[in-house]
Amino acid sequence: MSLFSTIVSQLVNGLQSGSIYALVALGYSMVYGIILLLNFAHGDIIMVGAYAAWMCMVNFHLHPVVSILIAILTSTLLGVVIEKVAYTPLRSAPRLSLLITAIGVSFLLENGFQLIFGAGAKDMSSAMTAVTGGPSISFGGTTLSFPAMLTIIVSILSMAVLTFLVQKTKLGKAMRAVSEDMGAAQLMGISVNATVSFTFAVGSALAGIGAILYLCAYPQANPTMGSMLGLKAFVAAVLGGIGSIPGAMIGGFVIGMAEALVSAVGLSVWKDGVVFAILIVVLLVKPTGILGRNITEKV
Amino acid sequence: MNQNQKRIPMPARYAINAALVVLAFVALNLITGALSSYYTKILMLVGINIILAVSLNVATGYLGQLPLGHAGFMAVGGYAAGIFLKAMPMPNLDKLPEGANAAAAHLQYNFYVVLALLLAGLVAAIFGIIIGVPALRLKGDYLAIITLGFGEIIRVVLLNIDSVLGFDFTFGASGLKRIPKAATVSNVFICVVITCLVIHMVMKSRHGRAILSIRENEIAAESCGIHTTYYKVMAFTLSAFFAGVAGALYATYVGILQPNTFGFMKSIEILVMVVLGGMGSMLGSILSATVLTALPQVLLAFDKWRMVLYSIVLILVMIFKPSGLMGTYDFSMSRLLEKFMNRFGGKKKGEAVKQ
Repeated sequence: MSLFSTIVSQLVNGLQSGSIYALVALGYSMVYGIILLLNFAHGDIIMVGAYAAWMCMVNFHLHPVVSILIAILTSTLLGVVIEKVAYTPLRSAPRLSLLITAIGVSFLLENGFQLIFGAGAKDMSSAMTAVTGGPSISFGGTTLSFPAMLTIIVSILSMAVLTFLVQKTKLGKAMRAVSEDMGAAQLMGISVNATVSFTFAVGSALAGIGAILYLCAYPQANPTMGSMLGLKAFVAAVLGGIGSIPGAMIGGFVIGMAEALVSAVGLSVWKDGVVFAILIVVLLVKPTGILGRNITEKV
Repeated sequence: MNQNQKRIPMPARYAINAALVVLAFVALNLITGALSSYYTKILMLVGINIILAVSLNVATGYLGQLPLGHAGFMAVGGYAAGIFLKAMPMPNLDKLPEGANAAAAHLQYNFYVVLALLLAGLVAAIFGIIIGVPALRLKGDYLAIITLGFGEIIRVVLLNIDSVLGFDFTFGASGLKRIPKAATVSNVFICVVITCLVIHMVMKSRHGRAILSIRENEIAAESCGIHTTYYKVMAFTLSAFFAGVAGALYATYVGILQPNTFGFMKSIEILVMVVLGGMGSMLGSILSATVLTALPQVLLAFDKWRMVLYSIVLILVMIFKPSGLMGTYDFSMSRLLEKFMNRFGGKKKGEAVKQ
């Protein structure tokens, strides 16, 4: 393989993982934008989505499309339930309490699933071929595999739908209003509770889609798959500017590319270290991220 | 109102506390003699976890920040002590050569152990400064995530540094093996006492009050002339130092170190102890570290459920009693004695008023 084709294939890899990170980062960013909570459990929603897909496809032998819909629905519901049970009672509590609760929820999901399904990975490679088995395009000695194309197209579509939802619909307007000023939004007759739940639902649905796309690339589910994925997506959200939707997309692609580059030069064991190093540099140089807004603290 | 109440003078308070510590030490040694090695191991683990929880409490409870990389400092300290002890000519206490002076060998052995503990603390404290200076510029969630990042980087580096530099330094994933098992119940106990004493004394000094004022309101503290950055880094470093000591004790307790022991999970485990006990209460940290360490060891069936239960406890405590079980209450024997003296010495109190 020539150098050029290596570079192109690594770029495609980076785009593929980057678009998954971007989808997950969007969930972090939206939730952070609206209730200023770093939702640690977001990564684990992906894990639950993957397990739901595994249950449907491997255990119940459902049609792939049905399974995918069920997986996305499960993630969405889970996100809303977590918000109602764990975060709503703490909305006026100190931020630290909310953050610790989020860590608790994340650990509950991870360890609960480990207890129920065991720590081993659930293989789905044969089941996922129904989704990933499509034509691939090759040009100039490089192949663009079907899963990569699917991932990139689906994530771009999802982002387009999300942008439309946030910018053009009434619900999106409510979301933007609540994230601007919760109290004022309530006075204007916006139901804050419903809006926050809706935000969690949208973010979690994106996480569900992310779970399916992740399974296309790595067809196995295990209880801790969400934590690293979630953390990296969070890094992406911070990099792009937390609370900003286009920022999350940019951040996701940058993180995916950086990982692909590190792997390409043969340092794949340092991948996680590099991602966190990026985070630290960003937080020190420009804590608001690429597209973030500056918020000055008032007394 | 305190004028007509009897108070114990400071020297007597020190004497009471010293007597209590000695009493606890003697009691512990008597108990250890009667216990099987399984239970002494649990006792040591309890001690190590108490040091970890009390040290994290400095950063979380007193300073009011949420670092998620405490296990990273523990790892740094553990590896520093492990590498140091392996490099030193440790006398083999079980099989002394013929004619060797047993007392001198013991002295040499303990000297190296103390040196290793100090070294571990210092190395961890240096890392605390290196990480604290940039990280403490941030607050809340950002601080949590940046310390998490640093903790993960420490783990990744410990895992891979050998293959990059070609050293036999940390031995990567297979772990640093055959570290002398120097930890005993009494030296763990001494470390626990020193940790609690130092942290208590720092917190009762003007530096401690400065740290508490940052927790209460950083902007107000700064406008009162408190050098917030300095005190934040100081508290963070203090916390890291004792985490390093705990790591060194852990290394000499298990005898083998693997980087993956010190992941994100470990940091959260320590955090659960602090949060459950009450952020800002040393007694709370000690009690919850004891219970949460001993319980899974005693109830083995419980071990499988441990992490699930931890997380449920964490969520429930946050929803129903965010200040933790003990709040910021701390126990003081002298205060208790004063209460008794004032209650049962009612007449004397009256006399004091007349005078």
